[in-house]
Amino acid sequence: MSSVPHDLVAGGHPHGHDDHAHHPTGIMRWITTTNHKDIGTLYLWFSFTMFIVGGVMALTIRSELFQPGLQIVDPEFFNSMTTLHGLIMIFGALMPGAVGFANWLIPMQIGAPDMAFARMNNWSFWLLPPAAFMLVLSLFVPGGAASGGWTLYPPLTVQQGMGMDLTIFAIHIMGASSIMGSINIITTILNLRAPGMTLMKLPLFCWTWLITAYLLIAVMPVLAGAVTMLLTDRHFGTSFFNAAGGGDPVLFQHVFWFFGHPEVYIIILPAFGIISEIIPAFSRKPLFGYASMVYAVAAIAILSFLVWAHHMFTTGLPAASILFYMYATMLIAVPTGVKVFNWLATMWKGSISLEAPMLFALGFLFLFVVGGFTGLILAIQPIDIQFQDTYYVVAHFHYVMVAGTLFAFFGGIYYWLPKWAGRMYDEKLADWHFWLSFISFNVTFFPMHFLGLAGMPRRIPDYAQQFTDWNMVATVGAFGFGLSQLLFFYTVVKCIRSGEPAPARPWEGATTLEWTLPSPAPYHTFETPPVIK
Amino acid sequence: MVGNRISSVMRRYLAVALSLAWMTDARAALGDWYFQPPATAIASRINDLHSLIFWICVVIFVGVFGTMFYSLYKHRKSVGHEAVPFHENTTVEIVWTVIPFLILLFMAYPATRTILAAHDTSSPDMTIKVTGYQWKWGYDYLQDGFGYYSSLTTPLAQIENREPKNEHYLLEVDNPLVVPVDAKVRLLVTANDVIHAWWVPAFGVKQDAIPGFVRDTWFRADRVGIYRGQCAELCGRAHAYMPVVVEVKSKEDYAKWVGEQKQKLNAAANDPNKVWDVAALVAHGEQVYNNNCAACHQANGGGNTALGAPALVGDKVVLGPKQHQIDVVLNGQTNGVVQTAPGGGKMPAWKQLPDVDIAAVISYTRNSWGNKASENVVQPTEVKAERK
Repeated sequence: MSSVPHDLVAGGHPHGHDDHAHHPTGIMRWITTTNHKDIGTLYLWFSFTMFIVGGVMALTIRSELFQPGLQIVDPEFFNSMTTLHGLIMIFGALMPGAVGFANWLIPMQIGAPDMAFARMNNWSFWLLPPAAFMLVLSLFVPGGAASGGWTLYPPLTVQQGMGMDLTIFAIHIMGASSIMGSINIITTILNLRAPGMTLMKLPLFCWTWLITAYLLIAVMPVLAGAVTMLLTDRHFGTSFFNAAGGGDPVLFQHVFWFFGHPEVYIIILPAFGIISEIIPAFSRKPLFGYASMVYAVAAIAILSFLVWAHHMFTTGLPAASILFYMYATMLIAVPTGVKVFNWLATMWKGSISLEAPMLFALGFLFLFVVGGFTGLILAIQPIDIQFQDTYYVVAHFHYVMVAGTLFAFFGGIYYWLPKWAGRMYDEKLADWHFWLSFISFNVTFFPMHFLGLAGMPRRIPDYAQQFTDWNMVATVGAFGFGLSQLLFFYTVVKCIRSGEPAPARPWEGATTLEWTLPSPAPYHTFETPPVIK
Repeated sequence: MVGNRISSVMRRYLAVALSLAWMTDARAALGDWYFQPPATAIASRINDLHSLIFWICVVIFVGVFGTMFYSLYKHRKSVGHEAVPFHENTTVEIVWTVIPFLILLFMAYPATRTILAAHDTSSPDMTIKVTGYQWKWGYDYLQDGFGYYSSLTTPLAQIENREPKNEHYLLEVDNPLVVPVDAKVRLLVTANDVIHAWWVPAFGVKQDAIPGFVRDTWFRADRVGIYRGQCAELCGRAHAYMPVVVEVKSKEDYAKWVGEQKQKLNAAANDPNKVWDVAALVAHGEQVYNNNCAACHQANGGGNTALGAPALVGDKVVLGPKQHQIDVVLNGQTNGVVQTAPGGGKMPAWKQLPDVDIAAVISYTRNSWGNKASENVVQPTEVKAERK
């Protein structure tokens, strides 16, 4: 029941002959690649690009909200910005980022030579750029981009122009990409594990991704169904969401959130996996409660299917169903608490050092728990009446998505960059990146709790004057956070180009299989599976 | 009044919460970062529930991160701490599963009681139908037979930063919802076009307005005053510009107000054939225009091509035969405009407006911004005739 490392007998690594990979060079290498490491790299750079695009949109939003009144953008364009910012960050930045980590790490952590379906892997990735292109293109079509919020509620989205159709098609394509990626990950983990790598020896990152992949396969088709119904309501005379034709606008919300709530865990679970690798490594101690961590992730995944209507607490649900969804939502605090306690117990009596990956992991822990608590407060339906569709909700999910998932990604990148690039990053720059991100994140999002308490609705380009002060603070913080990410880019590029050469195992507490490989990891690894005892 | 609705257990919770909640005492001074002062029993209960759960969370947070920082301080490699490689303990796992569960039960009890209380819409003293429109509210007093629209009155010049902003910038309307104090007011909430949400924070009421469906909610205001809220569900370009304002009057003032409304209604009903003079029509028309038309056609009549709204200055419908314009305003128009603009780019039908408003707004467009139509006056009777 202990984690992999101690049982690992690092077999010899006969890589010598395949270090020089046989693949096309230049752009064709990337277009035709079926190599999990290349595809992982593609996913990560795609994710970063989308992060910048979505970030520019966020700064447009924050600029308009610096003061009351309309200064910079038209309200309709503002609504398009909030809509596209959400869609791009979720489907373009966070999800592909997690798949990038999966591609790089899962084969190396389970001792497999590559992903199970290498060509499909290529296709999963290359579907994403056209989808992202369509989303961005929608800004330039007559009528503008979708502007009904990322949740796409009809009838508002039935009113909109062709930008909405482009959004629907983009979601279809990204959904197909996610489903293929998930099939690949599940098959890889279940079938390509090295001899002796039983399921209960899997590194926790692989476990979280295995469960995430099942969630994706369960809910992406549901989202596809929801937006397809939207499409036929818009163009083919159906009335799924139109009361005049016998439909119900709230049906869309049920279907959407049946996807949407598990989606939240799709985004956070791989981050849990990354954190569960980093904290033991920098505490120089095995993960505490490995089995309970696995069970907690599974429990969160199962509960995630039973709580969707807590996003709809103000739609006028009957009291009985409000009680059910409230209790189920509150229950999620239990397995989430178990995870946090296990991480703390992992650190307890360890031998802790605070390199950048650990800083981000601790930042994650601290701020994710803030987001968890506000989530618990939002789960209490009477309180949610006051917070639904206010900035309190905006604060809550940015604590979970940004300080949660994104911080875990930053930590993961600094942790594995030596393995990927074969060079060490500059610790001083990475520490600066952490502290600047941590502080500016809180300057941006903490005041949003106050705005929500005071009653500022979300998705408005203009607001009453009592909200001015905290909006100004948030805007200043947002620009700080945006600029901090340029430092991240510089730090990563500097590492790749001119970092100090990295040893095979730069972290003395790191014990999973990938650290038995040389740095940088050769193009092909584990062509002969290692033996795990 | 709060007291007899809350059980003794709830009161004990409250005592704990309030003794901790210094925020509650300070909120008068810090109005812009905490809840509006509650004006109903339900809103007070929500505030107390929030304080209770907030402080439980704070205590847990301090405990958890106190432990983490202690560990970070004591168990660091740089202070020479050697790792103790324990990694399993079933007892402790059970403890930290069961204790949070018990804390959740403790939270669920008062929450459940509040939910059940808030859902009791039975035996109201009065019922008002609330309708969300893009972008205003409509209030119909079902028992008294009158109703009206409630639109933002903040001038465009303030929104566009050409004038200093009012005290109640974006939170002011022409006709607020008026209700009596200490009466159980039941709201039937629906919408005309897209989903809106009717929200007054001080009442603890937020109810989505869903087109084609009626949901009900209620409140009982315990103080006379003016309470302000906003639409809380994204409903299109002017989502930020449809506030909710409720004026709670004493029972006597309310009765007087209802009388006035009925009188107005009778006056209008008695004289449908009144012939208006141009100046009065244009003056009324400007108000109607700014409330209903300016969002797309702009206050200066300049139009907005992105929305498919043509300029009305020099427009051939506005300057042409009046009968055609009456038809377009009453029934809407789709031909010849950009279908892909937000809102479908079509001129919506406005037949829900009274004849006077339609006549006035048409007269206004025919006499403004340099427009000088030959047929420059439309009387309510002509609109009435065209409806048939």
